[in-house]
Amino acid sequence: MLIVSCPCCGVTAEETEFHAHGEAHIVRHTVGSTDQDMETYLFMRKNTKGVHFERWRHQYGCGKWFHMARDTMTLEVFGTYPAQTLAPPEDLLVQIDAKRPGWRKST
Amino acid sequence: MSDPVSALNHANSTEGLVTITETGPVGMITLRGDLGAKPVQKAAIAAGGVNMPEQGKCLTELDRGIAWMSPDELLILCRYDEVAGKVDDLQGKLAKQHALVVNVSDARAVFDVRGAAVREVMAKLCPVDMHPASFTPGTFRRTRMAQAAAAFWMPEEGVVRVICFRSVAQYVFDLLRVGAQPGSEVDFF
Repeated sequence: MLIVSCPCCGVTAEETEFHAHGEAHIVRHTVGSTDQDMETYLFMRKNTKGVHFERWRHQYGCGKWFHMARDTMTLEVFGTYPAQTLAPPEDLLVQIDAKRPGWRKST
Repeated sequence: MSDPVSALNHANSTEGLVTITETGPVGMITLRGDLGAKPVQKAAIAAGGVNMPEQGKCLTELDRGIAWMSPDELLILCRYDEVAGKVDDLQGKLAKQHALVVNVSDARAVFDVRGAAVREVMAKLCPVDMHPASFTPGTFRRTRMAQAAAAFWMPEEGVVRVICFRSVAQYVFDLLRVGAQPGSEVDFF
């Protein structure tokens, strides 16, 4: 069971109040891109064992989208951050570095 | 003119740990927009008759008030017969704002749940920390009750008001009744 804090409304609840929407920070290749890029955008996902960045939505609460960093193996939630960004915030990455040394090489 | 009829028409249950009553028609207006904008705040305060609530809170007085629904949404509560006037007034005041005002009174059902075990009954149904230190009167929480979306707040200790969609009113009423079944006390709080 994940305990999630919504960065938009400040509510902390267990995961059934939220809904997961897959991997975050996917580059959206669109009209004019190569077939290879289009395939990557549509189908290729990381399926990491360990640190993973995901998009979530506060389904039964404020209804807002946000991002979450968590460990897919231990289910530890490292933190949540707003959806209006293309990359995870640096302070969160530093926190993850401290907890999972060397994780960047494996993703 | 025909009379407004609420979802369960004042259905009532008194045999459980708490008393559950469907309140009948309640005026509810959804206001969406930039909650930091002065015109939006002024219009909301005028319509709700109370101050702007903080994040995650609501301010209510008897049958009127304002609840914080999300970073860009408020729910204004009032008497059912006042809704049309208030919606017109709000739409007039916010004509130049990027804002949305909708009468949602008939899309929702409201329950009044009261009794000493009210925290326990709600805790059985929602993923919400109902401890008196966490959930205080004035806290407004949108969440789920079993499989249905719901929102609730405590006007005072021992009383919870639940808002749900009209289409799931019977489901939520039954949920509350089961949660309050005699003999199902947990006595946690």
